Amino acid sequence: MTGTLAAIGAGLAVIGAGLGIGRIGSSAMDAIARQPEAYSKIQIAMIISAALIEGAALFAIVVALM
Amino acid sequence: MKTRIVIGFFFFLILAGTTISAFGQGVEEKAEGKEKFKASTYILEHIADSHEWHILTKKNGESVTIYLPVIVFSKESGLNIFSSKRLAHGQEYKGFRLEEESDLKGKIVSVNEEGQVDEENLPLDFSMTKTVIGMLSAAIIGLILFLFLARSYKKTGVSHPKGIQSFLEPIILFVRDDIAIPNLGLHKYEKYMPYLLTAFFFILINNLMGLIPFPPPFGANVTGNIAMTFVLAFCTFLITQFSGNKSYWRHVFATPGVPFWLLPVMIPVEIIGMVSKPFALMIRLFANITAGHIIVLSLICLIFIFDSMALAPISVFFVIFMDCLELLVAFLQAYIFTLLSALFISLAVQEHH
Repeated sequence: MTGTLAAIGAGLAVIGAGLGIGRIGSSAMDAIARQPEAYSKIQIAMIISAALIEGAALFAIVVALM
Repeated sequence: MKTRIVIGFFFFLILAGTTISAFGQGVEEKAEGKEKFKASTYILEHIADSHEWHILTKKNGESVTIYLPVIVFSKESGLNIFSSKRLAHGQEYKGFRLEEESDLKGKIVSVNEEGQVDEENLPLDFSMTKTVIGMLSAAIIGLILFLFLARSYKKTGVSHPKGIQSFLEPIILFVRDDIAIPNLGLHKYEKYMPYLLTAFFFILINNLMGLIPFPPPFGANVTGNIAMTFVLAFCTFLITQFSGNKSYWRHVFATPGVPFWLLPVMIPVEIIGMVSKPFALMIRLFANITAGHIIVLSLICLIFIFDSMALAPISVFFVIFMDCLELLVAFLQAYIFTLLSALFISLAVQEHH
């Protein structure tokens, strides 16, 4: 039972992180399309924020696994 | 439109094939009473650390295994060094045993004369396990690469990159120009370049070595081992704290603009923030690499779950696809680890005006 609940929790965490990273990706695409010359700066900012969101999701998954 | 129909038909065929073979499998199993293939045990065995390096099992049940040295320290008998062959198949040697059941599974325990496990004082295990061998070989490969690089720079100077130089120089420049300088600034980056380069190449070499399944120094799940990533993240943590300047510590213990009665809340929060950043680094690397290995192994497991040769080409095709993706992930995780390390260090060293 707890295993099932943990799996559901991990799934919910992934939904949240997926939505967040998806939004970052789409906004970064828009930004790059508008300003192709700022490509590298946007990419770094995008990866950093994606990594931070991923960090939150990983915490959730670790809690779910424990 | 036409291609879509073709692809749809192809998937339908795959699905039909797998269901039929799965059905056949179920019937056969009931008839023979064969032991069922357990994918999760198989996968966990492959991503976990172990005292022996299992290469293959022959058809007659014999297995080809490299037995790695066991180094244990116990209070009673002091330091013991012997081959893990002595502990294979649950044997006892010098009062030690490799536990195969219970929650101490995979650990070396000391046993008394009646064969009972002494759970109170477990021996300290410094063995050269699979992970240790993998890590050391990665370090040796790194050393060889960079000593060659240094020697060729000595010989030809910096002007014309040749051979190994032209391969490694762009990556080193990438770490410097895209990771170190934008985050740490032109004045401070040089101090942290050695650590950033070491972390980057160590993680990259280990990730790539983990993707190669065979022969032995390759294929150990080094960066997918939580102890390993813990040490890497702990290095970043130490460097961040020791290079923290006055304004960094003031930000932690007396955050500017915060009324003093709020400080009892703010200081613990800041300290948690200090620890949670490297903690996320640790979990991220561990989870990404382990997840990659699990996906590849489960795709391979599909063949054995359905027990059909017909599935093998499809499974291998997907494994190759995943491996290509993993190549990207191997590089990306090394990049992200280094980038975030540089970012955390830069937060500790930047001047507030």
